[in-house]
Amino acid sequence: MAWQKLCPLEEIPALGARVVEHADGDIAVFRAAGDSVFAVADACPHKGGPLSQGIVHGHKVTCPLHGWNIELASGHACAPDEGCVRNYPVRIEAGTVWLEL
Amino acid sequence: MQKQKLVMVGNGMAGVKTLEELIKHAPDLFDITVFGAEPHGNYNRILLSPVLAGEMTLPDIMLNDLDWYRDNGITLHAGRKVVEINRARRTVRADDGTEVAYDRLLLATGSVPFILPVPGKDLPGVIAYRDIADTEAMIEAAQHHRHAVVIGAGLLGLEAANGLILRGMEVTVVHLGGWIMERQLDKAAADMLQASLEAKGMKFCLQAQTAELLAADSGRVGAVRLKDGTELAADLVVMAAGIRPSTSLAESARLHCERGIVVTDTLQTVTDPRIYAVGECANHRGTAYGLVAPLFDQAKVCANHLAGFGIGRYLGSVTSTKLKVTGVDVFSAGDFQGGADCDEIVLHDRAGGVYKKLVLKDDKLAGAVMVGDTADGAWYFQLVREGKDVAEMRDHLMFGQSFTQSQLGDAGHQGQSQAALLPDTAEICGCNGVCKGTIVKAIREKGLFTLDEVKKHTKASSSCGSCTGLVEQILASTVGGAYQSTDKFAKPVCGCTEHTHGEVREAIRQQKLLTIPDTMRALEWSTPNGCATCRPALNYYLISTWPFEAEDDPQSRFINERAHANIQKDGTYSVVPRMWGGLTTPDELRAIADAAEKYKVPTVKVTGGQRIDLLGVKKSDLPLIWSDLNAAGMVSGHAYGKSLRTVKTCVGKEHCRFGTQLAMDLGVKLEKMLFGMWSPHKVKLAVSGCPRNCAESGIKDVGVIGVDSGYELYVAGNGGIKTEVAQFFCKVGSDEEVMEYGGAFLQLYREEAYYLERTCHYIERVGLEHAKKLVVEDAANRKALYERLLFALKDAPDPWAEQRTAPLVRNYQPIDLTNNGDRHGLAETVSS
Repeated sequence: MAWQKLCPLEEIPALGARVVEHADGDIAVFRAAGDSVFAVADACPHKGGPLSQGIVHGHKVTCPLHGWNIELASGHACAPDEGCVRNYPVRIEAGTVWLEL
Repeated sequence: MQKQKLVMVGNGMAGVKTLEELIKHAPDLFDITVFGAEPHGNYNRILLSPVLAGEMTLPDIMLNDLDWYRDNGITLHAGRKVVEINRARRTVRADDGTEVAYDRLLLATGSVPFILPVPGKDLPGVIAYRDIADTEAMIEAAQHHRHAVVIGAGLLGLEAANGLILRGMEVTVVHLGGWIMERQLDKAAADMLQASLEAKGMKFCLQAQTAELLAADSGRVGAVRLKDGTELAADLVVMAAGIRPSTSLAESARLHCERGIVVTDTLQTVTDPRIYAVGECANHRGTAYGLVAPLFDQAKVCANHLAGFGIGRYLGSVTSTKLKVTGVDVFSAGDFQGGADCDEIVLHDRAGGVYKKLVLKDDKLAGAVMVGDTADGAWYFQLVREGKDVAEMRDHLMFGQSFTQSQLGDAGHQGQSQAALLPDTAEICGCNGVCKGTIVKAIREKGLFTLDEVKKHTKASSSCGSCTGLVEQILASTVGGAYQSTDKFAKPVCGCTEHTHGEVREAIRQQKLLTIPDTMRALEWSTPNGCATCRPALNYYLISTWPFEAEDDPQSRFINERAHANIQKDGTYSVVPRMWGGLTTPDELRAIADAAEKYKVPTVKVTGGQRIDLLGVKKSDLPLIWSDLNAAGMVSGHAYGKSLRTVKTCVGKEHCRFGTQLAMDLGVKLEKMLFGMWSPHKVKLAVSGCPRNCAESGIKDVGVIGVDSGYELYVAGNGGIKTEVAQFFCKVGSDEEVMEYGGAFLQLYREEAYYLERTCHYIERVGLEHAKKLVVEDAANRKALYERLLFALKDAPDPWAEQRTAPLVRNYQPIDLTNNGDRHGLAETVSS
C-alpha cells in the first residue's frame, strides 16, 4: 500500500470525477460537494457502469447507465438497491489529491 | 442546536405516514415520541378485511414493526392512551401517568365506531369493527358460535359479513337505508351487489331499525330485536353503522372541533398552530376523510410543514371506493349520483351481472359506479381526478380503457392495457423484465403505495415508461382505494423540492434566476445540490429561459451531453457526425472511413436519422477523432442530446419524378437553422417532397410534406415508445414560412414544455388548439417566438471543436500514474 500523488484538486471538475487507470480496474476519483474527495472502483455493482461518468450530488453519484445511486464514502448502493463497490482511501494535501493503492 | 420535541398521539396509518415523510425531509429536526392505544406497531388497517376473510395474516399487514421505531430513534409508547393535553405547559399525559413535553403536537387519533345507543349495547359478544382486537374477537367468535348480525351495510359492514360467512357463520346484515352502501352506490348498482352477496349466503334486512339487543341465558348477546318486532338470532353483533372522528381529547384541550378537529390547509388546528391533526380525526374544509389515499396526501403536506418548508397546501381530495370482497367487484368514484346538469351513460346487463354508470358534466367525467366488471375503475378514477376533457372519446368511454385507447391508437406495448386480466407471469416491464407477480409481491410485502415506490423497488416502468399505465393499474387493483394516480408533472420535480416543473419554470422567469444554486436557494431546495433528476431539468430551464445570460452547468447534464457522445453499455461512446439533411460527400465518407480505421472503431452503422454512427470509441479518443472529423469539415450531430437530432429528407424534386418540392434543400436549411438547439427532449424533423412521404414526416416532432402549392406542416408525432401520428398544424406557401412556423412551434415547445416531455406529450397536455392559436393565428406572436428562437441559436458553436481545447480536453483523459509527460512531473510515490 502506498500513497500516490494524483493531480491538483482543480483538475477534477467540481461535482465531477476523473478516472485513474489501474491494473485491477479503473478507479473513479470524485470531487463532491464541499470539495470533499472520494475514490471508488469505476464499476457500478449493478451492471458495471462507469460511475465516474455519473451526475454527482451531495456525497452520492448516480450511475449513468441505469440510475443506481451510490454512497461515495462507503461504496454502498442507496436503498432499495443492494450492492457495494470497493472504495479507496483518498486525501487532499496542500491542494493536491492523493490516492492510496 | 437542541432538537425540537414532536409528540404524536395515535399510531395509525396517517400519523406514521407523516413521520415517514418528515424523517425523509428532516431526519434530525425532531425528537419524536408516539403514543398508541393499541399494543402494536403501525399496520395497514384497510387489510383487516382480508385478514378476517382468512386471505391474509396479521404479520402480512404490518407496515412499521417495533424495530422501525427503534431504528429511527422514535420513542413509542404502545398500549398507552393519552388522556390530557396541557396547552399552556405544552405537555401531554397518558393514562399511566407518563408525561411528555412537546414543541409540536400531532393529533392522529383516527375515528371511533358509532355504537347505536340501544339497550344491550354493552353485552358480551357485541363489538365494533375497527382494529386488530375486534378482528381477533370476530375470528374467535366464529370458532364457537353460529349466528351473527352485522348492523350497517356500508363498506366495512359488508366486508365484516363476508369474512364471517367465510369463517362459517350465518350472517344477517341489518341496514337502516333503502339500499346497501348508499353512500357509495346508486340503487341499481346496490341491488346487483346485494344479489351477488345473497348468492354467497348473506341475508339482508333493509329499512330495518335496531331496537334492542337481547341477552341469552349465558349472559352473552343472543338476539337482535328490530323495531317491527322481528327477532334475529345473534351470538355475535358487529356494529358497523359508521365512524365518528375521535375528537374527545382535542375537545378537552379546547381545540375547535366540528365533526372532526378543524384544520387549515397546512393541517394545523385553527385554534393552536403548534398542534396539527391528520387523518380521520381531522376536518378539512368541512370534510373528514375516511379513506386512506386522502390521508396520505394530508400526511405529506403536514410533514412538509413540520420540516419547515411550509410551501405545500392540502386542497382536498376526490375519493374512490373499492369493496374488498373476493369474487364481487364493486367500484365507485367521484360524484356518481348525477343531477340536472349532468349526463349519464349507463350499461346494465342484469343477467350478466354487469352494471356501469358514468356521470358526465361539461364534457368531463364527474363520477363512475361499477358492479361486476371493475377492471377500468382505476382509469375512470384517473379521468375524474385529472378533470380531463373526454368529449373526443365520449362514445367509446363506456367500453373501457382498452377499447378507447385502441380507438385512439394509445395501447401499451404488446397492446396490453388491462393489467387485472393478466396472469402473474405476464411481463409488464419489457425493459427490465419485470412480471406482474413480482410487482404484486413487492407491493404487498413492502407496503408500497405509490408509482415511485414501485419503480424504486421493482424497476418496473423506470426505464422507457411505456408500461406506467399498467403498473398504475396493478397498484390500484392491489392496494385498492389506497392508491391515487397523479399526473407526473403535477407532482414535485423530485424528492429535493415540493415545487412542480411548472412552478420552477415560472419562478426562473419571474425572478430572473440565472444559476442552479440561486434557483435552489430561491425555491428552498431541501438538498445542497439537488440530484440526478432535478439538476438536468433546472439546467435546461435556465438556459432556455435566459439564453446567453444563464450559466450552462455541464456537471448538471447527463454524461452524453457532457461528453458530447452517447455512452454505451460497456462505457465506450458513439460518435455521429452531422450530415445536413442526410446528405454527405465522398470527402466526408473518406474522412469517416479513415477515422474509423485509425481509432479502431469496432462497429460502423447507418442510423435511422440518415447518418453514420461510429460505435465503441474510447472516451480518451473522443477529442482525437473529433479533431479528424472537424478537419474534414464535419461537426457534432448532437445524436446524444435533448436537442435537435436530425432533419430527415427524401430526395425530393431534385431527382424524384414525383417530387413537388426541393425536400433536401429545405431539410438542409431547417437543420442549419436549428443547429445547437437544446430542448426539453430530443427533437426530430423530416421533409418529404410529396404526399408519398418517404421521409416519414408523419412521426416527427415537426414533419413537412411538400405539395404542389406549398407545404403541409405536421407536429407532435413520435415514432418511439408509443407511436403517435403527427397532427396537421397548418399549410404554408414557401420555405421561409416553413422555417418561421416550424421554428415558432419549436420555440413554444422549448418555452412551455417540461423537461423530458416530448412534443407529443406536451401537445397532449396543452392541446393542439393552444399551439395553433399562439403560432398559426397570432402572426405577431409567431414572429416574436421565431425571433427568440433565432436569438437563442445565434452563432451556436460546434461542441466538438470547443471540447477538444484546453482545459476541457482534460476531462476526457485519465489521470495517468505512470505517464512521465504529465506536466506535474513523475507521479510521486510515498510509502505508508
